[in-house]
Parts: sequence; C-alpha cells; structure tokens
Amino acid sequence: MLNIKIKELRQKLSDKDISAVELIKYYHNRINRYDPEIKSFISLNETALEEASLIDQKRAKGDHLPPFAGIPIALKDLIITKNIPTTCGSKILEHFIPPYDATVTKHLKDAGFIIMGKLNMDEFAMGSSCETSYFNKTRNPWDTNRVPGGSSGGSAAAVAARLIPLSLGSDTGGSIRQPGALCGVVGLKPTYGRVSRYGLVAFASSLDQIGPFTTNVEDTAEIMTVIGKHDDKDSTSAKIDNDNYMSDLSGNIKGLKIGLPKEYFSESLNDELKNSIFDALKIMEKCGAEIVDIDMPHTEYAVAVYYIIATAEASSNLARYDGVKYGYRADGKNLNDMYVHTKSSGFGEEVKRRIMLGTYALSSGYYDAYYLKAQKVRTLIKNDFISAFKKVDLIATPTSPTTAFKLGEKLKDPLQMYLNDIYTIPLNLYGGCGISIPCGFDKKMLPLGLQLLGGYFEESKLLNCAYAFERATDWHTKVPDWLEKE
Amino acid sequence: MEYEAVIGLEVHAQLATKTKIFCSCPTKFGADANTQTCPVCIGMPGVLPVLNKNVVINTLKAGLALNSEVQVRSIFARKNYFYPDLPKGYQISQYELPIFLGGYIDIESEGEKKKIRLTRIHMEEDAGKSIHGANLNDPASSYVDLNRTGVPLMEIVSEPDMNSSDEAKAYLSKLKTILQYLKVSDCNMEEGSLRCDANISIRSKGEKTLGVKTEVKNMNSFKNVGKALDYEIERQIKCVGRGERIVQETRLWDTEKNITLSMRSKEEAHDYRYFPDPDLVPIVIDKAWIEEIKNSLPELPDAKKERFITKYSLPIYDSEVLTASKEYADFFEETFTYINSPKSISNWIMSEVLRIVNEKGCSIYKAGISPEQLADIIKLIKNGKISGKIGKQLFQEILGSDKKVEEIIKEKGLIQISDSSELEQIISDVIQKHPLEVERYRNGEKKLTGFLVGQVMKATKGKANPKMVNQLISKCLG
Repeated sequence: MLNIKIKELRQKLSDKDISAVELIKYYHNRINRYDPEIKSFISLNETALEEASLIDQKRAKGDHLPPFAGIPIALKDLIITKNIPTTCGSKILEHFIPPYDATVTKHLKDAGFIIMGKLNMDEFAMGSSCETSYFNKTRNPWDTNRVPGGSSGGSAAAVAARLIPLSLGSDTGGSIRQPGALCGVVGLKPTYGRVSRYGLVAFASSLDQIGPFTTNVEDTAEIMTVIGKHDDKDSTSAKIDNDNYMSDLSGNIKGLKIGLPKEYFSESLNDELKNSIFDALKIMEKCGAEIVDIDMPHTEYAVAVYYIIATAEASSNLARYDGVKYGYRADGKNLNDMYVHTKSSGFGEEVKRRIMLGTYALSSGYYDAYYLKAQKVRTLIKNDFISAFKKVDLIATPTSPTTAFKLGEKLKDPLQMYLNDIYTIPLNLYGGCGISIPCGFDKKMLPLGLQLLGGYFEESKLLNCAYAFERATDWHTKVPDWLEKE
Repeated sequence: MEYEAVIGLEVHAQLATKTKIFCSCPTKFGADANTQTCPVCIGMPGVLPVLNKNVVINTLKAGLALNSEVQVRSIFARKNYFYPDLPKGYQISQYELPIFLGGYIDIESEGEKKKIRLTRIHMEEDAGKSIHGANLNDPASSYVDLNRTGVPLMEIVSEPDMNSSDEAKAYLSKLKTILQYLKVSDCNMEEGSLRCDANISIRSKGEKTLGVKTEVKNMNSFKNVGKALDYEIERQIKCVGRGERIVQETRLWDTEKNITLSMRSKEEAHDYRYFPDPDLVPIVIDKAWIEEIKNSLPELPDAKKERFITKYSLPIYDSEVLTASKEYADFFEETFTYINSPKSISNWIMSEVLRIVNEKGCSIYKAGISPEQLADIIKLIKNGKISGKIGKQLFQEILGSDKKVEEIIKEKGLIQISDSSELEQIISDVIQKHPLEVERYRNGEKKLTGFLVGQVMKATKGKANPKMVNQLISKCLG
C-alpha cells in the first residue's frame, strides 16, 4: 500500500477489492498513528467517512461513479473548501469557514475524490520551512528534528509519510518543489495559467500556482487531467485545453535536449547535491537525452526581484483581512484602532514583514525604483528562459541549495530563509512549469531533489522526462523506516 | 482686482449594465442591504475578478461619442486604501493606461459656445455604502451595505476649461444628455448614478498659470453643483482678498449649511499605492470592434438639433427643448409619423406634455398620453372638428387612459357642433332671450356679436363651431 499508484487504487476500488470506507479508514489510521509526530494536518474533514460510505452504496447498486470515486486527497489550507475551515495557517482566518469551493476543489469533488482534510503551511504561504504557521510546526518524516520545507510543508510531509496518497499545494517561489525535494516526493508547479487560481487564497497573484504532490510521476500526470483545465472564473487561466498528460508518458526521451545552466551550479552548492544532479543527468543520457550547457545570465537577480514583486502584490492581497467582514477581529477604540490591533495580533511576524516590504515598494516616491525596476528585471529573467528554450527542451538544476535543515535553524534569519528558494524562484518569475523529483539521499539519509524546468504549457514533455528518470531509479519508492508499519 | 475661476470636473457615471463589473450580481438600485452580493464582490479570500464585457462596450460608446481617443491596450490597476465599505482593501480602477485619452464636449453658456476638453475616461468599480446614524438597530455602530460594491462606473475627467458655475452646469447637463442618449447610464444624480467632484482655483483675469486648487466633493444634485461652485469661488476670492493663501485640500459640500468644509489637506492625502492588477489581463480593443461600436452609435443631441431645425423647420428654441432628451425627441418624431404638423406637435409637447412631465417628474412616455393620442387631438383641431379649447379639455380627459381619442369625444360629447340647422335653433333661442342686445346690435353696435357668440358657446358648453356661429348670427340678424 505504501507505494500504491492512483490507477491501482482506482482498480482495487472498482474491483471491490477494497471499499472506499476501508480506504479512508486505512489513511485515518495512519494519520492517527503518525501525524501527532509529523503534524501535517490542520483539520480533518469530518464527513469523509460518510462520503466514502455513500460511494460504496452507489457502487454496490451499480450506479455510475466518477473516475476517482473514493480516492482520498488532502489540500494545502489555502485552497478554499466549502464548509471546511480554510485558515491559510493564520490566526486571522482561524475560524474562517468558506461559503464556496475553489475551482480545483470543485474539480476534485466532481471527479469523485474525497477530501480528507487541510494541510499545514507557512502562514499565507510565506516561508520555506512551514515554521511560520500559526498552528503547528510540521516535521520532516525523514528526520522529525528537521523541517519539511515550505510553504506547502504539510502537503509534502503527508505524502512522504503516506498519510495520504496525494495532496495539493501551491507554489509562488518554490513552495511545492522545495518541500517536495526536502521530503523526497514528486512536486509539480504547473505553468502559470494552467490550473485555475479561483479559490486559491492569493499570496502573489502573478506568481501563485496550484500543483500536486505525489509519490510518483504517473500520479502527477493523472491528477493534472483533473485540475489542469481552463476556468472562466480566472482571467489569467489559459484557454488551452487538457494536454494528454497520461498518454504522453512514454518514458522515451531519446534526443531530448536538457540544458544545464552554470549559474545554478556555483561554488557554494555542496558537492553531495551537485554530484547527485550530475549522476541523475548521466542516467538521462543513458536514456538517450542530450545534455547541453546553457547561460541564464540574470539568475542572480531573481531573489531580489521576487521579494519586491511578491511582497508588493501580497501587501495588497492581504489588505482584505481587516476584521470587518470575516475572520479574526481585535477590539479597538475606533475603526483605525480596530484595524491596527486586528492586523498586529492576527498576522505573524513574517507576514507583517512582507506586508511592510511590499507597502514600501509600492509607495509614492519608491515605486519606480523598486516595483517598476523589478518588473523590468523580471522581463530580463523571462528572456533568459525564452532564449534557453530555443536551444533546449528542458532545464535541469538542483531544487534546493540544501537538504532539510533543523527546526529553528533559519527562522531568525529571514535572508538565509529566503535563499532556500534561489533555484526555484526564477521559474515563477518566468511562468513556466517545473517539477522536483527524488534523486537520492545525502549522508544523513535526507532526500535530495532534482529540478526539471519546462517552457510554457510543456507539462507533457516535463512529466515524460521525469517519468523516464523515475523508471530508471527507485528513489521515489523509499519510505522512512519508522513509517513502514501500516 | 478681478478674478477668474478655473474649474475642472471629475464625473462618475454608473454604467447601466444588468450585472456588476467583476461578478454576475445584479446592479438594481434599492434592494435590501447585502442581498446583491457574492463571494467575489464581498472580497472573500481566494476570489478573482472577471471583467463584464458590457462595461467595456458602454464605455466605448461613451468615449467615441465624446470624441475621445480609444487606447488599443489599457490595464486595470489597484487603488489601495482601507475602509469598511471597500471589502478587498483596494478598488479596481484604471490609472496608467486608461481606456480613453483626450476628447471634448461642446457647450453653450449664456449664448457663448465653448469647447471643454477631456483629459481621460476610465472604468472602475464602485465601493459599498457605509451607513451611520440613529435610525438603525444600534445607533453607536456603523453598518455597511455591499450591494453597490462592484457596480461599474465610468469616470470622465475634464481639463480645467470652465470658468463659471454656469459653464460647469452646462457641461454636466450636456454630458448627461449624451450619456442618456447612448443609454449607457441613467445619470440619476439623486440615486447616485451620476456623481461629480470639482477642482477649483482662481487667478487674476488674464493670468495664464493655474492657482492652487481645492477639490470639492459631495455635490449630489445639479443645483448643489451650482451652489457649491459659487460658494467655493467666492470663498477663495475672499481668502485671497484677506491676504491668505489657498491651501490645496479636499473640501466637502455641506448641503445643510450650504458651505464647503475642509476634509483633508494635501499632507493627509492617501498614498494609494497604485499598481497593475495582476488578476486581470490587459484590455485589447481591435479596430473591427471600434468600427462596430461606432456604427451602433445613435444620432447625438447636437446633430439631432440641427436636423430638427432643417427637416421640420422648427425654431432653434423648439429644437433645443425637444432634443434636450432623447425621449422628448423620440416622442416628437413618433407623433410626427401620425400627423405632419411639426410646429403644432412641438407646441403641444412643450406646453402641455412637458408640463405634466415636470409636475410628475416622470418620463415623457409615462406622462399619460401616447404620441398617437396626441396626434389625434391635433388632427381634430386641424380639421375643425374641435376647438383648441376643447382640445385642451380633451387632453386632460385622455391623461392616463388607453382609450382612443374618438371614444372619449363620444363619451363626453365633446365633438364640435357644425350642423347649421342645430346651430340656427340655438341662435334663435339666444336671440329670443336677449331682445335688448339684439335691438342694440341692429342699431349698429356690431361689437355685440362677441357677446352673442359667447352666449351660443355657453349654451353648447363650448362645442359650437365658433366660425359658423359668427356667420350664422350675421345671417340671422342681417
């Protein structure tokens, strides 16, 4: 069961080898057993068993069922779920119960998925360690003294610990790929505009994208057929219909050109990581891919650009949490006082820091020097990718500059924390797709991640390459020993 | 020293679309508080705006009619500020790259023609309504109604080209007429579908540079615009007269006290931190679309006025009155399809129909008489079937009734008596009853004809054909 694929689960369910109720119970048991240690869930859906039992009844009667009927999934707690609390890992939305469903939530329900619960995250997706959550500090299943990465740390840890077969997260600057790498699971950031953002609580609207965590690439392709659709409710959603994510998984990458940007392999990258990437590339070469050196000269500005654009957008996106309409409200002598107290005590330190940074960058007199300049440099970074993809099909890099670090190690040093995302941020600024796949372990038995980057709407190519690598290795099948007991 | 006022207006017109600008909630005025809302317009976490195409179409119509230059690519921006009736904490508006730049409106004030230039036209969403006051459940609290949140607005910004409150009123009135002609806005100032802020400064006559301006808000009727501008101009002149300097600030018009009051100074002005809204894509307008809209534009007030003068040979004054509203002009032209007497129609509309419209404050089509009914009355008078006086009586009788004019005439017995034998009988009765006057008439006092005709009219309750009565009296007594 630990490495069972979605299509196998579907088969078991339709063959009545296992009932939906049994499946939910299996994962409930794992959650009850292991999550007190891992702390990946913020809330559980209390009606999951009922939903499963309804599906079983229908199946018994021979009713038509949607393709994924009974498959459990869990969502990062900033994907809106009707009648299930959606907190964004923040005190300010602690008791917020949405009256509507995100488009992806609706797609999942329509496809028959059972939402098991909501997963922990850095507050409003701001962080790379899951430590800024108001609720819990999620642990890395490979070493519970270490972080799972972030911001989608709960989503990555839950899949790595096999508390759920798959989950959704969101990626603004690496928030799917980095925790994917640190927890040793597959994490895909789809092309901007591929998955609807309607009902994804915004951090930085021009960068945010929902994506899946899975234990293998086939599952990633399969879930993309459900969530990767055009949506009229999102003006930035691309009018490109489903790719054949599944049927394009041939594993044949003969002649595929993979670019190696030297800017991503500086002196500071530790040897273990560097070597694991080179080993991975050798495997790809064996599969028929061609490795090409490329230049991405503006890479070094990406983090600076990101922290201006993302914080500027966030400062505006988070303005609505003001204590007036919903969520947490603190007392105040007057309106202004209420605003100040609500925001001061409702938001955590990192969120407040970024709101202040962003407000500053947009302020009159600073706008040109910060926001406008950052937009111009963003264009240069985009152009780096555009010219690279004229030469190569995909780009290979490390996902994260380090493996999982210890809790508290970087929390007090925001700049150190921000540098976790140096390899993932440029892709968000460009808007293409990227994936992190397990490519080994370091000496401490902590997972290493290989990042593959693709052009706009090149998910099929990206997934196929990841699939080819996965078929040639078994890193993705590893589960921490202490979690093996079913 | 003689001073000159310099005025620029910022007009917000609510666009007459069925649904809001970024969601599908209705825009109907007057619904119960917070019943016309959804997750999008109340700013729930995670929601996204989707632009209503009809908002763009209406704005395109207005901009093209106002001679403004459409921008092939324009973008929405976020205007950030905190207020409880602004649920997202920002208003989606256009800042850099609005949909229209430039343009002008021709106005006429005190007989002088003038071109008022426009700076820009842009689209934005309205905020909600804050309600404070004692007649609510808890007088100490404020309440917010978000029905208006996300209602589409078009902002039309003029250059500082006006020099008096009369010019400002003429501009506003012309703008209102054009927007109503285009049916893009109701322009109802009392319901808030047309709002106006003014930038006002003064300078010595002949001076070219602009003085320090104040911005006056909260003028919610045409009358208030005139009063507020006159007050503010006078205030500034007095201020300078005392040797003080004008402070750049925003002032509110107080409709109770009839004065403007300082609201906030330039230093206290908001920093709105405008930036392009990443949730919306640029609005790209191609040439074909512009042509399509251009071809769909109706005849505009000035062109219509000219046509009324030439086609119907109406006096300038009549043409102006009739084209001041598209409905008046339509009513006139519809009546004309039943009877070819433009001047009579014009007279009847201007005197009788518009009197009712003004009394009731209603649309001309709700005044209670249809163009066909009006045409029938005019026809009867023209054919000598009824007198003008009976015509007016008939008009009153017909108000609010669906009946044909003929029916009412029959019911009320209003048809003119033109039967000479019938009239001769009545005349002989009158002659018998007034032997003295008849005697005097026969002795040469011919002016007594009027008295005798009057008696006949009285006896017939005005229904006798006065021309025939005249002739018959002369014949009988001659």
